[in-house]
Amino acid sequence: MTVGDAPPLFCARQLRIAFAGASGPVEAVSGVSLEVRSGEVLGLVGESGSGKSLTCRSTIRLLPHRARLTADDLSFEGRDLLALSDRELRDHRARNVGMVFQDPFSCLDPTMRVGEQIAETLRVNAGMDKSAARQRALEMMELVDIGQPDRRYLAYPHELSGGMRQRVAIAIAVSCRPKLLVADEPTTALDVTTQAQILALLQRLRQETGMALLLVSHDFGVIAQMCDRVAVMYGGYVVESGPVTSVYRAPLHPYTRALLSAIPAIESAGKRVRRTGIPGQPPGIGEILTGCPFVPRCTLAQTACTTIDMKLQEVSPGHANACPVTTEAANASPVTAGDNGARSVPPAGLPGVNAAMDVHHAVPSADGAEHLMQP
Amino acid sequence: MLNYFARRAGIAVVQLLGLALVAFALIHLVPGNPVRTMLGARATPEQVAAATRRLGLDRPLVDQFGSFVWGLLSGNPGQSITFAQPIASLISERILPSFLLICYGLVVAIVVGTPLAVFSAVRPGGAFDHGTRLFTTVAFAMPTFWLGLVLALLFGLKLHWLPVAGYTSGFVGAIRSLTLPGVVLGLSLLVIVVRTLRTSMRKVLTAEFVEAERARGFSTFRIVTRHVMRSAVMPTITVLAVNVGFLIGGTVVLEQVFQIPGVGSLLFLAVEHRDYPVVETIAVMAGAVVVVLSLLADLAQALMDPRVRLGARTV
Ligand SMILES: Nc1ncnc2c1ncn2[C@@H]1O[C@H](COP(=O)(O)OP(=O)(O)OP(=O)(O)O)[C@@H](O)[C@H]1O
Ligand code: SF4
Ligand SMILES: [Mg+2]
Repeated sequence: MTVGDAPPLFCARQLRIAFAGASGPVEAVSGVSLEVRSGEVLGLVGESGSGKSLTCRSTIRLLPHRARLTADDLSFEGRDLLALSDRELRDHRARNVGMVFQDPFSCLDPTMRVGEQIAETLRVNAGMDKSAARQRALEMMELVDIGQPDRRYLAYPHELSGGMRQRVAIAIAVSCRPKLLVADEPTTALDVTTQAQILALLQRLRQETGMALLLVSHDFGVIAQMCDRVAVMYGGYVVESGPVTSVYRAPLHPYTRALLSAIPAIESAGKRVRRTGIPGQPPGIGEILTGCPFVPRCTLAQTACTTIDMKLQEVSPGHANACPVTTEAANASPVTAGDNGARSVPPAGLPGVNAAMDVHHAVPSADGAEHLMQP
Repeated sequence: MLNYFARRAGIAVVQLLGLALVAFALIHLVPGNPVRTMLGARATPEQVAAATRRLGLDRPLVDQFGSFVWGLLSGNPGQSITFAQPIASLISERILPSFLLICYGLVVAIVVGTPLAVFSAVRPGGAFDHGTRLFTTVAFAMPTFWLGLVLALLFGLKLHWLPVAGYTSGFVGAIRSLTLPGVVLGLSLLVIVVRTLRTSMRKVLTAEFVEAERARGFSTFRIVTRHVMRSAVMPTITVLAVNVGFLIGGTVVLEQVFQIPGVGSLLFLAVEHRDYPVVETIAVMAGAVVVVLSLLADLAQALMDPRVRLGARTV
């Protein structure tokens, strides 16, 4: 990509999101910095509660009522999102960013025909008249592979399957040609076959329209299959970020390593190997106030870890790590650092479903990763 | 869907029969002779016997119930005792002012209540929300007759804007005569409208599809008027339909205070004169209105909500 000096599509620096707690504000997102560049696919992985959804929603400043957001920079195409008026913010949501939610069962108005919901978005956000909007809505339904759009246009959400509803939600999200599509665990609520179809659909739409995609998942396999770059979140921080291939081949942060070792591997016989979870619990928000949030579960933890500044440091071009201990080790022996045994690298460009399968194959066995977690 | 309609209508018929039975039983099964109570202590046994025969009270109970129900169904529930007039014509002469009064009350409650509920729900816990709660609670707590008298004093006697009491027929006359009692009636119902609508709006407003619509850049106005209200008005309609009984009760007092010649004041007179057939008929009619309205509310809800309309066909 020849981006040159153009500002990134979305940029967050030191993004903090706090909620009022019983004893003062509690931070759920504690200084996240990330960028989504025009046309790229950025993956966001991390355990439940690590702040992925809140980070996603900050792209359109759509946060719970009681949330307080602060940031050194929160901008879209260089425009400060924090300075937008209500009207401008609605314009930004309508034109620039499309959002797909996790639960297609509840993100559509249950009392309105799905086709009309797509058409309404086109009327309101693209200023189309009734018949043009209807026509375009039907085209959108075709675009997202909804068969018999004429008939399905008239369906209510509860008459459609989860996959169909998610297609409707995607049609709505991309109907006004956003520059960025944010998909927050778009397949978590769906069965496996449908998941693959929805991911393939997102991939195709992205290629056809050239929009950027911010994709949340807690499945590294999905991320490896879909994304150019990945940001790994833990306890309200981005702990590691970089090109998917680089992070996947040489994960640096102990949390990323543990996460990768927790991917269920598929044995040659096609039998699923037991999931190796990460021991311990993720921190409750507000539990850890200073230092690295991974201390209680980290096998490499040192006393100094409780006081470090959580800052991403670049280790190789584009690949940054927030753990000073592993960064130091990596700088000391750059070739083997963090290399967690042999891994196949997902093919460059846009790996398809097969590539993802390769990734699963290549994940080191549970035993191989065990040493990371031993005291 | 038809199945649902049939079932719901069946329930309504059973409710109506039960209602007639209760009204009937109240007069015929309570201890003591209703005719004697009606005619007073000084009535001679002959008078009592004559009245009993005239009212058909000497026939078997099942027979009596049958003709009572038939009388109601055929629109000829018999003769009033005090007014020496068929009950049907007695009621039909007076039904219009009462009907208009109830409509007036409903309109006031809905027109005033809807914006109050909407603005409270959009900013829960805000100043407007608290103010609305206070206002509706006070309006509810004030006795109807007292509020009626205060308004009559202020707008009737002091400001001369509206008649103090009495009823003039014709459009303008009816509006003028019914404004004060209508407002009082509406205010007493206001709290129910506001609370129900606010609660169901809160529930819908926190639904994820509202969040998704915000993400689309829709304005709060559009989200509330085009989407939230669609889901939220249904419970309010049901509650309103059921509370029409409450309004009917209110008309009894208000028609008295404002001297409106309606069914409410007729009921008042009938109770005063122990005119049991009239009381019985009005009670069943009022109950029937409530039963039928809640039937209609349920059907309307079914028609508006595709999930009810199409049955549980979720894939
Ligand atoms: N409305 C809210 N009020 C208080 N705390 C909240 C609220 N919304 C989110 N949080 C807190 O913020 C933290 C991060 O939430 P977020 O939804 O971003 O996590 P996530 O990474 O998306 O998790 P998941 O994988 O479960 O979706 C959570 O631990 C949660 O407790
Ligand atoms: S900073 Fe310390 S505790 Fe945190 S991940 Fe690195 S080694 Fe582990
Ligand atoms: Mg989430």
